[in-house]
Amino acid sequence: MAQATGLPGYLAHHDGDLVAVAVRDLEPGPVEGGYLRGPENVTIELLEPVPLGHKLALTDIAEGQDVIEYGHRVGIATADIPKGGYVHVHNVRSARWQNSVA
Amino acid sequence: MAEQRGLTGFRRENGAVGIRNHTIILPVDDLSNAAAEAVAAVVPGTLALPHAYGRLQFGPDLDLTFRTLIGTGCNPNVASVVVIGIEPNWTDKVAHGIAKTGKKVRAFSIERHGDLRTIEAAARAAAEFLRDDSEKQREAVQRHEVMLSIKCGESDTTSGLGSCPTTSEAVDRWVDAGGTVLFGETSELTGGEHLIAQRCVNDSVRARFQEIYDNYIEMIERTGANLLGSQPTQGNIRGGLSTIEEKAMGNIAKTGSKPVVGALDSAEAPASGPGLYFMDTSSAAAECVTLMAAAGAVIHLFPTGQGNVIGNPIEPVVKLSANPLTTETMSEHIDLDCSGLLRQEYNLTTAGDQLMEVIDRTINGRLTCAESLGHREFVLTRLYPSA
Repeated sequence: MAQATGLPGYLAHHDGDLVAVAVRDLEPGPVEGGYLRGPENVTIELLEPVPLGHKLALTDIAEGQDVIEYGHRVGIATADIPKGGYVHVHNVRSARWQNSVA
Repeated sequence: MAEQRGLTGFRRENGAVGIRNHTIILPVDDLSNAAAEAVAAVVPGTLALPHAYGRLQFGPDLDLTFRTLIGTGCNPNVASVVVIGIEPNWTDKVAHGIAKTGKKVRAFSIERHGDLRTIEAAARAAAEFLRDDSEKQREAVQRHEVMLSIKCGESDTTSGLGSCPTTSEAVDRWVDAGGTVLFGETSELTGGEHLIAQRCVNDSVRARFQEIYDNYIEMIERTGANLLGSQPTQGNIRGGLSTIEEKAMGNIAKTGSKPVVGALDSAEAPASGPGLYFMDTSSAAAECVTLMAAAGAVIHLFPTGQGNVIGNPIEPVVKLSANPLTTETMSEHIDLDCSGLLRQEYNLTTAGDQLMEVIDRTINGRLTCAESLGHREFVLTRLYPSA
């Protein structure tokens, strides 16, 4: 098992968040993680490497769907992101400045 | 139980509570720094607060400088003040503003005396103040009498996961105890400013907050620079932050859950009762903390990711970090290591308990890391160039 160290691999801020943050460098495979506030730890199958501080999808996210973190929208998916996928600027954009940024 | 530790502080003439007992030498302008620092050198134990401005300012920018200098002198961590300026008019204005608190103030101006005679006269006053201030005693104080301020810096993803939500715990406990807390960083709310607006206690506070926020963004856009297009920075992206909204959420994660009871101008003292206040500030650490101290805050919480080293001459700055690399390589700067949150060694309630213990010991006199290292960044905020 990937969580042989006993340390969580990722943490999510709120129950209902669609993404979580890697708290160490993660490799593909099963990874256990949890929540700052809320439910028990769960194990998900990571599909790609995710570096410390970067995000992974806790559920399937469809292109155009709001990306929820901290219980709030932090961006919009620009591609379909599978559960366990790596989430960053290649597949999420700001919802806020889409028309205002030159 | 954190709330049952006894707190002590210095009750000033106007009833305000400080946690330090500084005798300060306050220059009105850049020209008076040399004399102010000379006084502090011949009267060890006093503290000079040199700064870069105070000449040929005008309008709201000048008002802000007066508000900041007077507010700094009024801060209850300050026992007494020697004010030194180049000419008597503005020098007296600063001294009179501070004297309204009832604390001892003396004003000295350099023109028609020169530096040396000014230094001698000011040093005699400073030495007398210092001896008197040294007799002031700590007494029992209540948590709600101790004004708290918060601002984070050198943030990374560990800030949003660890040090900021830990700070939130303290903020909520402070407000629950009937205390007052200041937060700011106007431009770094971008993407989450609607969440702060929603938390405003009524429409008038909400309108004032929105006006302050809109004015700040308009000021940035007027320069032609696209700050919003450069946020998050390349460094933020390398660290894992994807959007400006995500960065703002990490910032807002330290403000707790309580209503925002007021929206303040820079360095404006809160005056509508206890609670959580927003203040219009830059996100630059030293400018922000200087403004909050000028509004009367006596202890500051500073969550950091990568390790900002800021201090303030009169307001102790308590630093906390959840980044294990920072707490290991910069341990002399970090008052509370909360990296155990990332390893699930404890929960936020426990991290909050640990932070409250550090806060209470700081209130009761223990020096912060920044105080022990002599960090005294005192930086005036300018609104536009001098005339």
